[in-house]
Amino acid sequence: MEITLTHYLVLSSVLFAIGLIGVMRRKNLLMLFFATEILLNATNIAFAAISHYIGDLSGQMFAFFIIAIAASEVAIGLGLLIVWYKRTGKIDLDQMNSMRG
Amino acid sequence: MFEAVAFYLFAALTIGMFTITVMTSQALYAITAMAAGMIFISAFFFILGADFLGAIQIIVYTGAVMALYAFGMMFFDTTRNVVEKRTNPQIVFVLGVLAAVMVVAIFVAPIVSNNIEALYPINPTVGNSQAVGMVLFTKYLVPFEVAAVMLLVAMIGGIVLAGKKMDKSLTLMDEEEIAMMQRIHNRHQEKGEH
Repeated sequence: MEITLTHYLVLSSVLFAIGLIGVMRRKNLLMLFFATEILLNATNIAFAAISHYIGDLSGQMFAFFIIAIAASEVAIGLGLLIVWYKRTGKIDLDQMNSMRG
Repeated sequence: MFEAVAFYLFAALTIGMFTITVMTSQALYAITAMAAGMIFISAFFFILGADFLGAIQIIVYTGAVMALYAFGMMFFDTTRNVVEKRTNPQIVFVLGVLAAVMVVAIFVAPIVSNNIEALYPINPTVGNSQAVGMVLFTKYLVPFEVAAVMLLVAMIGGIVLAGKKMDKSLTLMDEEEIAMMQRIHNRHQEKGEH
């Protein structure tokens, strides 16, 4: 019973599917951010697993950069969300229709 | 054997935690379950021998990102239940098909590319942190510096966006008051230039 690369890739895709479900069903923007974090973490697992099984460190490097991108995304996203909340008092996606999209 | 037990245990725990995060209607449950899920994910990194990545995962995600989200939750009104979105079924169908195609691509990719060889093979004589440092500061030095600049920009952006006029609540003012405040602000800026 050996754990292979396929096990990790299956796990990664399952987590990615959970994140996609979250992106599709959430209306609150803060909850939407949680779902994007799940998506990023699922790809991180895949990168680390491929890095281990191929014996190459590049996968871990990409995972580091993904973590950096996730951190800056949270900082900027929460800042924008706070400005929006100060103006309207709501953070629901349905209220953001000022561009008539 | 132990690796298999650890893998299945943490896989079940991670999937359960993230399912709670996505499905619950309580924001507090969602953030707690996600913090737990992040720590469980770092267990996979430790199993895979990526010790440094696991430590970074705990520090950055459960330390920094979760603190930011906790701050956001204190700022927003999260005591009420989160309402779910009624999505268009066609959008759900298209996204589902795209996701299925992507999953197939993910599974086919390692089979197709069997002849991959490591460009930066893991040196067995040094530890993971040392190996990561050697690769990060030679081959990936420029992306590392760019990532540093990106984090600096994100920090400044966060301060400018969130820290501005923290003493006033723009929600409780009406539009005229906001416009008046804007005019006063502009006048001050013009005065400052002369």
